[in-house]
Amino acid sequence: MRAIIKRDFKAYFNSPIAYVLIGLYMLLLGMFFNSFLGLGISDFMSEFVASMGSTLIIIVPILTMRTLAEDKKNGTEVLLLTSPVRVTEIVLGKFFACYCVFLVMTAVTLIFPLIVIIEGKPDIILIVCSYLGYVLIGAVYISLGVFASSLTENQIIASIITLVSIFLIQNIGYLAGFFSGFLNKVFLWISILDRYLDFIRGIVDLTSIVFMFSYTAVFIILTIRVIERKRWSQG
Amino acid sequence: MIEIQNLTKEYGRIKAIDNISFNVEKGEILGFLGPNGAGKTTTMNIITGFISSTSGVVKVAGVDILENPVEVKRHIGYLPEQPPLYPDMTVNEYLDFCANLKKIPSKKWKSQKKDIMELVKVTHVSHRLIKNLSKGYKQRVGFAQAMVGSPEVLILDEPTVGLDPKQIMEIRNLIKLLGKKHTVILSSHILPEVSAVCDRVVIINRGKIAAIDTPDNLSKSLTDFSRFTVTIEGPENKVKNIISNIYGVKYLKTSSRIKDNEYSYIVEADKNIDVRKPMFYQLAQQGMPILELKSLNLSLEEVFLQLTTSEEKEAV
Repeated sequence: MRAIIKRDFKAYFNSPIAYVLIGLYMLLLGMFFNSFLGLGISDFMSEFVASMGSTLIIIVPILTMRTLAEDKKNGTEVLLLTSPVRVTEIVLGKFFACYCVFLVMTAVTLIFPLIVIIEGKPDIILIVCSYLGYVLIGAVYISLGVFASSLTENQIIASIITLVSIFLIQNIGYLAGFFSGFLNKVFLWISILDRYLDFIRGIVDLTSIVFMFSYTAVFIILTIRVIERKRWSQG
Repeated sequence: MIEIQNLTKEYGRIKAIDNISFNVEKGEILGFLGPNGAGKTTTMNIITGFISSTSGVVKVAGVDILENPVEVKRHIGYLPEQPPLYPDMTVNEYLDFCANLKKIPSKKWKSQKKDIMELVKVTHVSHRLIKNLSKGYKQRVGFAQAMVGSPEVLILDEPTVGLDPKQIMEIRNLIKLLGKKHTVILSSHILPEVSAVCDRVVIINRGKIAAIDTPDNLSKSLTDFSRFTVTIEGPENKVKNIISNIYGVKYLKTSSRIKDNEYSYIVEADKNIDVRKPMFYQLAQQGMPILELKSLNLSLEEVFLQLTTSEEKEAV
């Protein structure tokens, strides 16, 4: 697993993709940051992190589209699957490589709270909570992206599937409004955005953390199933 | 070393391979011969654990691939038809990655890496990006990848496709060299290649085994002159008289008249007696020259073609 994480992580930084992504990301966030500053609110950092979460809908598809799709296209899938490693290790390796890139990107964004902390007196605990939520929702989106990437060998299609799916799970909470009773509860329960906003508000609930982990685990398990199933396929 | 029993792989209603069984002994080079789409790659993909079979058993070094796939994969180095390379890595980085992936202890790998790279002659390109290498070098890097960790079994899917004649010779020599230490399964649709390199040949067609034998036995038909046609200048009944009196000739028939005084005949002789020499001398003495002599037995190519096309005709 470590070999795969190392290789994939390096591959991001050996190609322009990581730099382009980080550049794009910082550009977007810089613009957000600037407009937040213009509002004249003193404690806007958690709102800012919330907006970081929404930019992930563009960032994550670009980040994850190559993971498994590229291996399928290169034929390196054969190398991975005929090596003495389990499919679980392969998928986790791919996931963590992406996640590490994501964490590097997140680390770069720490410059914004740093500026605020130096220049003002924000609620640091609130910032930490928001970032925790952000890092967790990032894991969910990335696992979703890895899953999408396992479905196709076309990176463009993988990224579109990821984008649409992130949009769907972000907005599934709105659907709850159209229903009542049981369905309403189900939609609210699976709504990822409400949980995320809890973190932004500074509410760190163990169930929310478990919720995010479970979401991630579900997509990772689905990815493993997709790869295993293909090996057993009859068609 | 490798046991394959009643292996079947179905894709929907199509049987890609159909009830195949064979064994490969330790230290043997087995050739896997068949036209495109015969099921060679499918079989190899199953042995290496890349895809699974519909039914049947594959055992490598006594371990069942379904029971303990990781253990089986440890014993196998696989070079697929398209070498599984990462174009954005250098040869060095790529091979290091393969060694990590196959969990080779780093000490062991350090000494082994040098040997492998020298053996496949990629040492001088080790710092170049794989995407900038030529097809031949890519193939060699793929080879090196299969040899990482010195697995007991090497499985090579059409290792010489797309190479130039010199590279083909080099790769063949390399395979022969490797065959001394490793068990090798090699697939090809080029017949002379298989007969040049392999100890034993499995001819496969439409998912079924058409023949298993040594290349020697398969090519015996090439030197078997028990049935042949011969064209001789000379009066028909005189020629017939001479030939039919040669010891060993069992059957003689005029097949066609080519021109005046020139006929071709079909001759069948005892399998153990070569009648060609006495025939030549006796006819020469009488001033009747042999103009053409051709075996009616099938050449290895024809054996192969016949084995692999007869069923197609049935299916059509």
